[in-house]
Amino acid sequence: MTEIFGVPTQALFGQLLIGLINGSFYAMLSLGLAVIFGLLNIINFTHGAQYMMGAFCAWFLLNKLGVGYWWSLALAPVAVGAFGMLVERTMLKQLYKLDHLYGLLLTFGLALILQGLFRQEFGTSGQPYAMPSQLSGGSNLGFMFLPNYRAWVIVASLVTCLATWFVIEKTKLGAYLRAATENPTLVQAFGINVPRMITLTYGFGVALAGLAGVMAAPIYQVNPLMGADLIIVVFAVVVIGGMGSIFGAIVTGFGLGVIEGLTKVFYPEASNTVIFIVMAIVLIIKPAGLFGTQK
Amino acid sequence: MADGQRVAVDRGPGLGAETKVVAHQKIAFAVMAIAFVLAPAVIYPLFLMKALCFALFACAFNLLIGFGGLLSFGHAMFFGTGGYLAAHAAKVWGFPPEFAILLGTAAAALLGVLAGLLAIRRQGIYFAMITLALAQMIYFFYLQAPFTHGEDGIQAVPRGTLLGVLDLHNIYAMYYTVLAVFLAGFLLIYRVIHSPFGQVLKAIRENEPRALSLGYRTTHYKFLAFLLSAALAGLAGSTKAIVFQLASLTDVHWSMSGEVVLMTLLGGLGTVFGPVVGAFVIIAMESYLSELGQWVTIAQGIIFVICVLAFRRGIIGELGHWLKKPL
Repeated sequence: MTEIFGVPTQALFGQLLIGLINGSFYAMLSLGLAVIFGLLNIINFTHGAQYMMGAFCAWFLLNKLGVGYWWSLALAPVAVGAFGMLVERTMLKQLYKLDHLYGLLLTFGLALILQGLFRQEFGTSGQPYAMPSQLSGGSNLGFMFLPNYRAWVIVASLVTCLATWFVIEKTKLGAYLRAATENPTLVQAFGINVPRMITLTYGFGVALAGLAGVMAAPIYQVNPLMGADLIIVVFAVVVIGGMGSIFGAIVTGFGLGVIEGLTKVFYPEASNTVIFIVMAIVLIIKPAGLFGTQK
Repeated sequence: MADGQRVAVDRGPGLGAETKVVAHQKIAFAVMAIAFVLAPAVIYPLFLMKALCFALFACAFNLLIGFGGLLSFGHAMFFGTGGYLAAHAAKVWGFPPEFAILLGTAAAALLGVLAGLLAIRRQGIYFAMITLALAQMIYFFYLQAPFTHGEDGIQAVPRGTLLGVLDLHNIYAMYYTVLAVFLAGFLLIYRVIHSPFGQVLKAIRENEPRALSLGYRTTHYKFLAFLLSAALAGLAGSTKAIVFQLASLTDVHWSMSGEVVLMTLLGGLGTVFGPVVGAFVIIAMESYLSELGQWVTIAQGIIFVICVLAFRRGIIGELGHWLKKPL
């Protein structure tokens, strides 16, 4: 067996793959947070719970209604996004004139409610979600075995992230969005319905979390607390990347997933904490984050 | 955050009215102290001790958010560190309770120095996210460190004999010790709030660029407030570990950080007595509704949402507003 730095290549590439998978979820979730924060100035603490809801949505569609994975991929984000828009219309909307911290507190409370309700209903043990048959199996790349589903997750997440980046940075819709981030009053004066745009943006960010949840369902078990710890890691990712840049959120997400995977190979004890350590180092060197600008 | 959107805390009157404020707050303090001295006659002392520990924890947290405008979402790291160190010192090293508590407090203060130096580099929601992430790192550290015994926690911590004379296994001796710790911590915070240091802190909360332009080194003030808050949270955690003879992962988990935010928010951000009331309400809810399981968490979430949407002054804030006297 070949080895690199005394580590079998099989294990190394295996952990790299897991790192890329985790990175896919970090990237999608931190992207959603960044999009929401850009326009609403709210850090969406419910993001982890909404990711969990996406997974449960897919589980429910498959096990109760017999709707398969591919339909879930479209339906679950829409359902979770619609729920998000309802939250924005009824609650978040009232907080825009207040300190941003209230948005954090409100969404934290919502996350507690959602996670509590799902735990009450489903308990703490996970529900298994069957992998779609088209993506079962895998291919042997010579140096490692690559399960098809995992390859799909990485590719799908990359495509989603890049498409989001493209829409925001390169299209007219994205230009409105960026303009409204800079100066909502002026954009509204030009006849654009900014409140509706805010609702749709929040819905979109939340739908991204829901989509990530559906993609995660066959890999991790569908569990009421699957988003609770993840969201804290994603916050650290957001601090490291800085929230100024969409592209930064994507790169940081994937990058930190890989760093975490490598830590599992070389120093497993620190694999839980490595992202937080990176955060501390970045705060010392570049407090605004790698891609951010300090206001 | 320079656009005048601030945490809606009760700002209280200007400096001229300061003496008057202090007068009626002193009356309120006397009422509270007497009530706590008499309370064990009618209320289960163990419940009171738990609530008092959390009340001190919430007061320490409130010092930072209510008077410094900094929302820490990771205060459980100080509370839990105090608890673990005090429990370890008392059980393994055989420290008497007063030294165990002091050591726990000192350890929390040291952690406060490190976390504070990192966290005060950013403000607002970044500050909240950074403290949350640092606390999660500390959580994983305690999960893996051998001396904490992981999921089991440090159990059967001896309460010992206070100053070599007072046997803390007597529940009333323990209660009045806890009450003394709480009142000392409360008075310290009270003194700090009404000191020139506290006034500068409020100025920073209201308008940091202006405080900076007046020549105050705002980072120093924020750092000191953070350190003080961390140490007092550690004091609360250490005391709780000695009282309940247990230090466990619950006390360092992020849900504990959320709980102290909830207590303070419910009682009233930036009020002097609010965190105490908030802590008692939340602890009572947890103790008496514990058989309802997940519904407690759900109820806490609902209280969060209601407080933020409709009840931002909190219980004591509303009361003070109604009486036209900041409490």
